[in-house]
Amino acid sequence: MATDISKITEKSPWQELTEGNKVYGGATSVHFHTGEWRTNTPVFDADKCTQCLLCAPVCPDSSIPVENGERGDFDLDHCKGCGICAKVCPFDAITMKEGK
Amino acid sequence: MAIRERLSGNEAVSYAIKQINPDVMPAFPITPSTEIPQYVSTYIANGECDTEFIPVESEHSSMSATIGASAAGARALTATSSCGMALMWEELYVAASNRLPIVLALVNRALSGPININCDHSDSMGARDSGWIQIYAENNQEAYDNFVQAYRIAEHKDVHLPVMICQDGFITSHAVENIELLEDDVVKNFVGEYEPENYLLNEKETMAVGPYAVSNYYMESRKAQSAAMDNAKQVILDIGKEYGELSGRTYGFFEEYKLDDADYAIVIIGSAAGTTKDAVDKMRAEGKKVGLLKIRVFRPFPEKEIAEALKNVKGVAILDRTDSLNSHGGPLGSEVTAALFNAKCTMEVRNYIYGLGGRDFRVEDAENVFTEMEQLVTEGKEVEQYKYIGLRG
Amino acid sequence: MKDTVEIRWHGRGGQGAKTAALLLADVAFNTGKYVQGFPEYGPERMGAPITAYNRISANKIRVHSNIYDPDYVVVVDETLLDSVDVTKGLNPDGAIVVNTAKKPEDIMPHLKGYEGKVYTIDAHRISVATLGKYFPNSPMLAAIVAISGVVDRATFLKEMENSYKHKFAKKPEVIEGNMNALKMVLQEL
Repeated sequence: MATDISKITEKSPWQELTEGNKVYGGATSVHFHTGEWRTNTPVFDADKCTQCLLCAPVCPDSSIPVENGERGDFDLDHCKGCGICAKVCPFDAITMKEGK
Repeated sequence: MAIRERLSGNEAVSYAIKQINPDVMPAFPITPSTEIPQYVSTYIANGECDTEFIPVESEHSSMSATIGASAAGARALTATSSCGMALMWEELYVAASNRLPIVLALVNRALSGPININCDHSDSMGARDSGWIQIYAENNQEAYDNFVQAYRIAEHKDVHLPVMICQDGFITSHAVENIELLEDDVVKNFVGEYEPENYLLNEKETMAVGPYAVSNYYMESRKAQSAAMDNAKQVILDIGKEYGELSGRTYGFFEEYKLDDADYAIVIIGSAAGTTKDAVDKMRAEGKKVGLLKIRVFRPFPEKEIAEALKNVKGVAILDRTDSLNSHGGPLGSEVTAALFNAKCTMEVRNYIYGLGGRDFRVEDAENVFTEMEQLVTEGKEVEQYKYIGLRG
Repeated sequence: MKDTVEIRWHGRGGQGAKTAALLLADVAFNTGKYVQGFPEYGPERMGAPITAYNRISANKIRVHSNIYDPDYVVVVDETLLDSVDVTKGLNPDGAIVVNTAKKPEDIMPHLKGYEGKVYTIDAHRISVATLGKYFPNSPMLAAIVAISGVVDRATFLKEMENSYKHKFAKKPEVIEGNMNALKMVLQEL
């Protein structure tokens, strides 16, 4: 059976890597918290939001969850704070604040 | 009972493919390997095998599609030559690092330029560091036998590496010669069904193939590939022995021909080995103690075994069918010389370049090399460390 | 007969010299011999001079070089005589056969003093008479078998009939013509 890659770290010896670095188990990027890289943070103002959903598809990190046709608050575990969503929002419902 | 036939090298490999009946074959035509996908397509059209043939738009795509099929869980292969292989260069490394048991039928042809369609080993020798196992054939029989063994080696759990089955363009690929084939069911039983443990189309297990490896992982990954190549040695010997029990033709890393008591040896790869055997017999009849070491497996490189086989020889001539253009010789020359050095052998060693771009290699050429090596050892004749055979000027 | 008989074919791209060499290998193979049949390859160009080779032996053949000192030479196209040195290296104890309507003595001046046997066969006349069209292959194949004796004549005819029956399974009407072409050549040589 394939090795669980969650057990592989940057300290693993070569014998313990998976063969060909194959990654077993799907959607493992969820476990990688890129939100730690963030220096600016988007702030969501639900009152101003019209649910036009222009923001969700432009997010490079899929950090704007959409459920039943409505977006929710940011997934800050993965948002890198790029600010694209704030740029595209026509209603000023997203603002960028400095820091986490 | 073996089937007595006469086939060209391309026909022989195609016949082996038909008997193995792999799952997927993406391919793009290039001389002199074109006939292989052509014959396999005909077998498929006639209902003699049910391999999925994918006509692609280039060799970059043929190797990419082969990689995709193999990662998906299929037994996959392709065929190519020369510039076709050059165009799949990037993917060769990907196939090996992804540890995919792909087989490539390579029909050796010179790389451009000048543009040339005839045989030399510049294509496969250029890919010698791509992480592929490389097995070479002297004739159509060996091309067939090597192909039948290829998947057993590639798919072995200690190996999981792609295998290149090489034969000399035109010289064996287009020459009709006698051959002994195995029956379909014998090949089928020997090769067996492919049952990968992990594969992309397995709905019970999700996986990803070919991830980015940062510096913290890359070296460990390469070491793992190197270890697999090391493991391949025993597997190649085991499979070669098992094949011998089946066919009467046992295979190892190389063939020693009248080398036991030889004072002078030629080390060579491919069809020219047969020509050299005739030279050896001719000179033995004249009382000359000459012999041949024909390399079958170049990757993994059987360093210690080669040195052991050559240790009592007084003069070794290593013949390369490609020039590394590094001002000191060809790849076989470099590696065999290094093997001898590491084994603390101190005989005279020379590296000859022959047969580039289809230049014929004759019995007389091999005789001249032996004679020159003898003169070097017994009379102190000066012989360049690295020289061309049959060169004008 | 010596251990290995070596034959060199001269033709032009598209005339079937390579196919004829492979057919000869087939016939010899079917009589239990070890064979090689191979072309000297270059880019494929219709009409360009081409060379093909056969080795036929009672023993396993290992050599993989071209043939420089053939025992027999077959010239499928007589227009090659002036541009190609067809008798180069040809064994004086062997023979050459040329596809031409001319007599051997008329061909001799083109053969650079070759001292062995010279045969001619008019493959054009024979082919048109038996097949209604010009296919030099079958007549030239019969010619080399006749002059070299690498296969005995009766065996050759039997093997070729089997081969044609297989090859022309869907065109049985051409089998007789091809067989007649072979027989005519064997009678003339």
